[in-house]
Amino acid sequence: MAQAYGVALPEIFLAVVGMAILLYGAFRKQEDEAAANWLVMAALGGALLLVLYGAGGPAIAFNGLFIADGYAVFLKVLILIGATLAVLMSLDYLDRAFMARFEFPILLLYAVLGMLMMVSANDLISLYIGLELQSLALYVVAAFRRDSLRSTEAGLKYFVLGALSSGMLLYGASLIYGFTGATHFDAIAAAFADGQQAPIGVVVGLVFLIAGLAFKVSAVPFHMWTPDVYEGAPTPVTAFFAIAPKVAAIGLFVRVMVGPFGDLVAEWQQIIVFIAIASMVLGAVAAINQTNIKRLMAYSSIGNIGYALVGLAAGTEEGVRGVLVYMTIYMVMTLGTFGCILAMRQKGRMLEGIDDLKGLGRTQPMMAAAFAIFMFSMAGIPPLAGFFGKFYVFMAAVNAGLYVLAVFGVVASVVAAFYYLRIVKLMYFDAPTEAFDRPLGWKLGSVIAVTGLAILLFLVLPGPMLHSAGTAAATLFNG
Amino acid sequence: MLGDLPILSLVTFLPLVGAFFILLIRGDEAVVARNARNVALWTSLITFLLSLELWFSFDRGTSNFQFVERVEWLPEFGIAYHMGVDGISVLFVLLATLLTPICVLASWDAIRNRVKEYMIAFLALETLMVGMFCALDFVVFYMFFEGVLIPMFLIIGIWGGPGRVYAAFKFFLYTLLGSVLMLLAILYMYLQAGTTDIPTLMAFGFPEGVQAWLWLAFLASFAVKVPMWPVHTWLPDAHVEAPTAGSVILAGVLLKMGGYGFLRFSIPMLPDASALFTPLIFTLSIIAVIYTSLVALAQEDMKKLIAYSSVAHMGFVTAGTFTMTQQGIEGALFQMLSHGIVSAALFLCVGVLYDRIHSREIARYGGLVHRMPRYAFMFMLFMLASVGMPGTSGFIGEFLVMVGVFQANTWVAALIATGLILGAAYMLWLYRRVIFGKLTKSDLMDILDLNPREIAIFVPLAVLVMWMGIYPSSFIEIMAPSVSSLIENFEIARAESARPELAMIGDFVDWVRGE
Repeated sequence: MAQAYGVALPEIFLAVVGMAILLYGAFRKQEDEAAANWLVMAALGGALLLVLYGAGGPAIAFNGLFIADGYAVFLKVLILIGATLAVLMSLDYLDRAFMARFEFPILLLYAVLGMLMMVSANDLISLYIGLELQSLALYVVAAFRRDSLRSTEAGLKYFVLGALSSGMLLYGASLIYGFTGATHFDAIAAAFADGQQAPIGVVVGLVFLIAGLAFKVSAVPFHMWTPDVYEGAPTPVTAFFAIAPKVAAIGLFVRVMVGPFGDLVAEWQQIIVFIAIASMVLGAVAAINQTNIKRLMAYSSIGNIGYALVGLAAGTEEGVRGVLVYMTIYMVMTLGTFGCILAMRQKGRMLEGIDDLKGLGRTQPMMAAAFAIFMFSMAGIPPLAGFFGKFYVFMAAVNAGLYVLAVFGVVASVVAAFYYLRIVKLMYFDAPTEAFDRPLGWKLGSVIAVTGLAILLFLVLPGPMLHSAGTAAATLFNG
Repeated sequence: MLGDLPILSLVTFLPLVGAFFILLIRGDEAVVARNARNVALWTSLITFLLSLELWFSFDRGTSNFQFVERVEWLPEFGIAYHMGVDGISVLFVLLATLLTPICVLASWDAIRNRVKEYMIAFLALETLMVGMFCALDFVVFYMFFEGVLIPMFLIIGIWGGPGRVYAAFKFFLYTLLGSVLMLLAILYMYLQAGTTDIPTLMAFGFPEGVQAWLWLAFLASFAVKVPMWPVHTWLPDAHVEAPTAGSVILAGVLLKMGGYGFLRFSIPMLPDASALFTPLIFTLSIIAVIYTSLVALAQEDMKKLIAYSSVAHMGFVTAGTFTMTQQGIEGALFQMLSHGIVSAALFLCVGVLYDRIHSREIARYGGLVHRMPRYAFMFMLFMLASVGMPGTSGFIGEFLVMVGVFQANTWVAALIATGLILGAAYMLWLYRRVIFGKLTKSDLMDILDLNPREIAIFVPLAVLVMWMGIYPSSFIEIMAPSVSSLIENFEIARAESARPELAMIGDFVDWVRGE
C-alpha cells in the first residue's frame, strides 16, 4: 500500500498542499491576497518535480485504478507547466479586476489535480472521478466574476452542458460495464483481445462515451458551449481553459480509445474521422467572421482539436505521437497568444475586439512580432513550430491510409490561415489607433517572450521533444 | 579557394545574421533607417561575394551534387539537414544573391517608413530563397519553400500600394493551398521510401499508379508558383501592389521556384507520370503564352503588363522543361535565368518612373527620351531582351526552347512561336508609348534622368544580359552535365517501365478504385 502512495505521490502532494493553502487562506490576514497564487504556483512546481523524479516504468496502484506510465508523465509535465504559466500570466489581471481572492488559485489547483487523475485513469470509475473534479472546479472559476452577467452566464452554460455530457459519458460507461462485466481498462481490453466481435451494446456505449469526451475536448458537434464560455469567462480563466484542460482531455480521450478499445479501431475510427473533419472545417469557417478575439480563439481551439484528433483517428503509435507533439506545440502557442490577449489593455480597461489590434506593429513592435509568430505558427507555416505539429499528425493519417481526412485537413488549414493572417494584417497593414497600456509587467512579458522564442526556434533542436513524445506514445502500446 | 568552409550554409544564413544586427539597432528613426539600409546592403553584398565562390569552384564536368553538407537533424525520422547544388540549382542561388543587394539599393529612397522591418524582411527572404535552392532534403526544402510566404506577405502588405491587402492575401492563400497538397505527397513519398533525402528519392522509383497522384499534388504547388494558366491570377495583383523591390524578387526569383520544382522533383522522381502529363503541360503552356500575351496587349498599367508578360515567358519555360530534350531543358533553365534578370530590370525601370511621378499608368507618360536618354537606353536594352532580340539573353533562352519543342512536337512549336510575335508587339508598343512621342505632360518637363545609384543598379544587370546573349556557353556549360544526366535517368526509368501511357491510365484508374 505504501508503494501505491508512492506511485500517486504528485497527486497526493497536490491534494494535501491544496488543503493547507485553503486553511492558510481562511486564517490569514486580509492584506496578502496574492500570496495564495504564489503558494499554488510553488505547489504546482513541486508536483512537477515529483512527477519528473518519480518517472519510471509503468506502475499501477490502488487495485489498478491508477496508472503512472510514460504517457501519463509526458502529459502531466505539460499540464503542470501550462497551468503554472497560466496562473503566472493572470496575476496582474486578478489584481486589477479585484478578483484576487485566495479561492481562485486553489480552485485551479484542484482542477489540475483532476486533470492529473484523468491522464492517469486506468478504470472507467477513476476516469469519471478525475473528470468531475476537474469540471466542478472549472464551472466555478468560469463564473468567478459573479457581478458580471457574461461571466455567470458562461459558468451556468458550461455547468448545464457539462452535466449533460457527464451524464452521457456515465450512461456509456454503464453500458460498457453491462456488456463486458468490467470497468477496468485492461479487463475491457481483454474482452476484445481475441478478435471477438463487439456486442452492439458495447458499440452504443462507446458512442456515448465518445460523445461525452468530445464535449470535454470541444470537438464538433459537441462544441456549442466553447465560444460562449470562452467569451464570457474572465480572460485568465479562458486562457486556462484553452491550455491545461484541453491537454488533459485529449490525453484521456487517446488513452480510452487506444487502451481498452484499441482492438475495436474499426468501430470507432469512422466516428473520430468524422468529428475530426467537422471540427477542422467548422473551426476554420466559423472563425472568419468573429470580431471578438476570445471568441475567435474558441473557434481556433475547436479547429486545433480537430487536428489533434487526426492523429487519434490513425489509431497507431505514430498517431498518438502526433497527438502528443501537436498538443505540446498547441499549448505553447496558446499560452503565448493569451499572453498577448491579456496585454490588450487601454487605460486600465481590457479590450477584446480584434480591431483594437490595429497598428500594433507600430505601437508595440515586440509584442506584435510575438503575436504574429503565434498566428503564423497556428496557421502551420514553416519554419515555425506549428508546422511540425501538423506534419506529424498528417504523417500518421497518410500512413494509416486516411487520405480523405488528410486532404480535408490541409484544405481546412488554408481556410483557417485566412483568419490568422487577418490578425497579422490588422497589426501590420493598418494604421495604429490608440496604444495599449505599458509596461506589460515582467510576468506577462516573460511568458510571451519565452513562448515566442520556443515557437520560433523549435526547428533548431526539435529532437528531444519529438523523442520523448515518441517514447511516451510507445508506452501506451507496449506497456 | 575557401577550402572546407560550409559555403552553402554560410551563403544561406549570413543574411539572417545581418537581419539580427538590424534588429538590434536603436535610436531615432532617421538613424535607424540609415543604419538598417547600410547593414542590409553590406550583408547582401558580402553574401553575394561569398556566393561567387560557387561560380569559381563549381566543377563543370560532373552532374553530382557539389559543396554537399550533411548534418543529422531528426535521425529517428531519417530527416537530415542536407545541402548541395548541381548544375540545375547553382545558378539560381547566384541569381538570388545578385538580386538581393540590387533590391536593397532600389529601395534606398523609395522605402521611407519602417525601414528596419523592411530590411529584415528582405534579408530573411534571401535566406529562405537561397536555402530552398540548396536543400537536398524534402522537408528542409519544404520549410524554405513555404517560409518564403511570410516575408513576402509582409512586404506586399506593409509597403505595397492601395490594394495591397487583397493582393497579399491572394498571394498567400493561393500559394499555400498548392503547397499543402504537395506536403501530403511528400509525406506519402517519405512513408514509402523511409527517407526524405532528395538524391535517394530520385532513385527510388515509385509505383506507376501512384505517380500520377503524386505528380498532380506537385503540380498544384508548382503551377501556382510558376504561375501557369489558369492559376496565374494572383501574379498581376501581387506585382501591381508590391513595392518595386518586391516585384523584382517576385519575378526574379520566386517564380523560378515552380520551374525548379518541376526539374528537381516532378521529372526525376515521377518520370512515368511526367511522360503521361506532358500533353497537359504543353496545352497549358500554349494557352499561357498566347492568352496572357493578348491580355498584356490590353493593359494600361506598366507593372501589370510586365506581370502578364512574365506568365507568357514562364509558359516557354514549362513547355521547354517537358520536352525532355537537352536543348529544351537547357533553354528552360536559361530562359528562367534570363527572365529573372530581364523582368527584374523591367520592374526596376517602372520603379524609376514611379519614384518620380508616382504613377504606373502608361498614358501618363510619353516622350521621355527627350529628358531621360540614359533611362531610355537602359529600358530599350531590357525591353529588347524581353522580346528575344539576338545578342541578348532572351534570345538564347527562347531559341533553345523552340529547338527543343520542335523536336517534341511541331504543332506545339508553331503555336508557342506566336508568343514571340505577340511579345514583340506588346513590349515595343509599351516602349513607344512611354519613351517616344511628344513630351507634352507638364510634370514630365523637368523629370530627372538616372542618378548614380540607379545606374549602379542597372549596369550589372545590363552586363549580364549582354554576356548571356553573346557568350552563353559560360552558363550552359554549368547546366549541361546535370541536364544530360537528368534526361538519361528519365530515359532509363521510362525504358524500365516500358509501357505506353495508356496502360498507365488503366493503373491509375485501378488505383483510384482501390484494386
